[in-house]
Amino acid sequence: MLTLQVNGAAHQVDVPDDMPLLWVLRDVLGLPGTKFGCGIGECGACTVHVDGKAVRACSLPASLVGDRPVTTIEGLAEDEVATEVTKAWLDIDVVQCGYCQPGQIMAAIALLKSNLHPSDDEIDQAMSGNICRCGTYRRIRAAIRNVAGAV
Amino acid sequence: MPVGTIAISRRRALLGAGGLLMAAIVPLERSRAATRIVEDQTGPFAPNAFVRIAPDGSITLILPNVEMGQGIYTGEAMLIAEELDVGLDQIQIEAAPPDDAYVTKALGTEATGGSTSTIATWTSLREAGAVARTLLVGAAANRWVVDPASCQTEAGVVRHVPTGRTLTYGELAVEAAALPVPTSPVALRDPSTFRLIGHAQHRLDGPAKVNGTATFGIDIQQPDMKFGTVAACPVMGGVLLHVDDSATRKIPGVRDVLTIGNAVCVVGDHFWATRKGLEALAITWDEGVNSTVSTETVYRGLHEALQGPAIVAHTKGDAKGAIAGAATRVEAVYQQPLLAHAPMEPINCTVHVTAERCDIWVGTQVPMRARDAAAEVTGLPKDKVFLHNQYIGGGFGRRLEHEYVTQAVQFARQVAYPLKIVWSREEDLALDRYRPAYVDHLVGGLDAHGKLVGLSHRIVGPAVVARWAPEALLPNGVDDDLLVATVETPYAIPAMFLDYARREAPGVVTAWWRGVGGTRGVFVIESFIDELAASAKVDPVEFRRRMTGDHPRARAVLDLAAEKAEWGSKLPEGVGRGVALQYVFGSYLATVMEVEVSQMGTVRVRRAVVAVDCGRVVNPDQVVSQIEGGLIFGLSAALFNEITLEKGRVQEKNFNSYRILRMNESPAIEVHLVDSTEDPGGIGETGTAAAAAAAANAMAAATGRRYRRLPLTGAQA
Repeated sequence: MLTLQVNGAAHQVDVPDDMPLLWVLRDVLGLPGTKFGCGIGECGACTVHVDGKAVRACSLPASLVGDRPVTTIEGLAEDEVATEVTKAWLDIDVVQCGYCQPGQIMAAIALLKSNLHPSDDEIDQAMSGNICRCGTYRRIRAAIRNVAGAV
Repeated sequence: MPVGTIAISRRRALLGAGGLLMAAIVPLERSRAATRIVEDQTGPFAPNAFVRIAPDGSITLILPNVEMGQGIYTGEAMLIAEELDVGLDQIQIEAAPPDDAYVTKALGTEATGGSTSTIATWTSLREAGAVARTLLVGAAANRWVVDPASCQTEAGVVRHVPTGRTLTYGELAVEAAALPVPTSPVALRDPSTFRLIGHAQHRLDGPAKVNGTATFGIDIQQPDMKFGTVAACPVMGGVLLHVDDSATRKIPGVRDVLTIGNAVCVVGDHFWATRKGLEALAITWDEGVNSTVSTETVYRGLHEALQGPAIVAHTKGDAKGAIAGAATRVEAVYQQPLLAHAPMEPINCTVHVTAERCDIWVGTQVPMRARDAAAEVTGLPKDKVFLHNQYIGGGFGRRLEHEYVTQAVQFARQVAYPLKIVWSREEDLALDRYRPAYVDHLVGGLDAHGKLVGLSHRIVGPAVVARWAPEALLPNGVDDDLLVATVETPYAIPAMFLDYARREAPGVVTAWWRGVGGTRGVFVIESFIDELAASAKVDPVEFRRRMTGDHPRARAVLDLAAEKAEWGSKLPEGVGRGVALQYVFGSYLATVMEVEVSQMGTVRVRRAVVAVDCGRVVNPDQVVSQIEGGLIFGLSAALFNEITLEKGRVQEKNFNSYRILRMNESPAIEVHLVDSTEDPGGIGETGTAAAAAAAANAMAAATGRRYRRLPLTGAQA
């Protein structure tokens, strides 16, 4: 039995040791906002925060999370940077199909929390692990710049 | 109004049968700003298949096309709301269920594809809104005993102008429902008075998609639902001989192992258990006749068909004679690969089959076909199959197929519980239905002034339409999708001969892929036009300009793109500028791309400038968004993508071997819209169609070599 701290609450789960955090979130805890895209850490659709850092939930066994806090797209309500990021996303209509966007947003928040005024190169570096098949990259970059200007 | 009546009675029947179900699947309240997605809304006022208004004031718009990123929920809601006279903040929206009322005539079924949605609904959805508004005004006028002409509407309210009295649409719903639906056309707004159409509106699906509450097919949760994942025979056409599941059944969390003719499904408490369970299976396949197919087999068959018989698909004048008498003859062969769709949301489908009914939760571009397939598998009547269409995490043509729905129902009918099947990314790539590989041979003749006098063109490849909609194959055996961008061009070509040698790809099923005939055709034609210009020693923009003849809209976008891209200005060493001009999906595009090719052959797209005339625009910023994204989608394929086969098996397993363009590789993109009062053209696939040709032409400008094979690599001679 594992105890996970997810979005500010403790959850006891009975899952195999090698089970990635992604499937605990989606299939056990019923938090489907974090998406499955590739299962090998190539696409970033499953990006969540562990201890504030962006990680690929599809490749991180839940048993290795320990008592570090996990934050998913569903757990952002009170966060100031997150509020600005989602607002910036809506202001310029970043999303298309939207499937990768929770991962994109989690990656962007993690970037902005460590570096509120990233350069274009720094944005590219932080965000290029997240694939968007709809090709919303230009708007994602613009939204991140707008947050940097707003906060 | 038979159409409306059918839709309403079906909905009422569903409500009666499924009241409990509804409670489980209506999503939680969204944040205040978010538009609610609802299902099976009834309302006494339902004048047609697209509008429902209830006495409590709730206004539901039922949208005939599914949202897969292209912004169609917003665009179609704008069309109805414009004429109904309601704000986008006053509505809730519903995905159309399978129903004859929502058939797209151009596609022959209820379908979202081919960039047809806005073209098909531009008038019909505005009329649906106008009819509803007319009836609501009539109801108000009756209540007040006044002339309807003395009433106005605004934001869901009818006002009697002389007295200032008002009634809301909700208050009028019952009385409006009692009025006869007008049989003659109702007047539509003059475009100069549009409040919504032509003015950028935020996407209705935006809030749910940034806060994580948007429900995609893969996110469906049902009481007592179990999870499944599938291994199908990796060789197309193969069947299951034997499966040893003894190790699988010992894995904690595994509940069941199900089989059908060509696949095995492991069922468990979560995806991880099913994945581990699948890996532990010992499966023996009969791989069948395709077990020796390789990429070389595919290409060899196509190239061989460049010689020999073919069907004459189009002739104009005496092209062969013109070429024979030409001052210069130009010739080229182009090759394009098999491509996967690889949408971000892997294939999935949730099904619950009982003795009485079958419920399907899935994102599909073809809800009626999916429903009909489920009826056939279960033996239930079609009206006992309930398909709940969900947000699609990327379609691109993949969800114009419904074989994964058939498969899911075949498994789910074996169990009592709701079963959510999710394919792994590996399964998604290996069992896709692929954009076909093609080979095209073109011969052109230039006169002494460098003018094109004749064009001869052979296309070799599969006829996707022959499988997807056999009745649409032309009587002469030609798939008319192949004539897009090749016969219908933005040019005046004095003489043309086009023939088609149909060769079905061995070992794979081929399918529609974003841009369809436009994507394959624009690459070939626009590459060849560039080769002709080079041979004529005329600037590529000028060469095209001279050929635009009776296509002034083509000339206008070409000039605009050239101007905005500073065509002709100096570029650094190793950088080239290429242009592509197209008329596909009823829209004109000119694309100028700047591409850098390093000494090592590394290709980097630096900048893309696109000028667009797509007629009257519904939601301008979403047109820009589709061009931006469509270009990126097309560039991923043009630069990186090719599905290859070895021993009948697809070799590309995941995003590490099927590379997708990333943010750091994406160009700056500028999109310029031309003001137009023409009827709308399609837009969702145009950017994709432009990408490969513009990139290949830019690479040629950078290196002086031609690039005739996709994917483009800098090293190609």
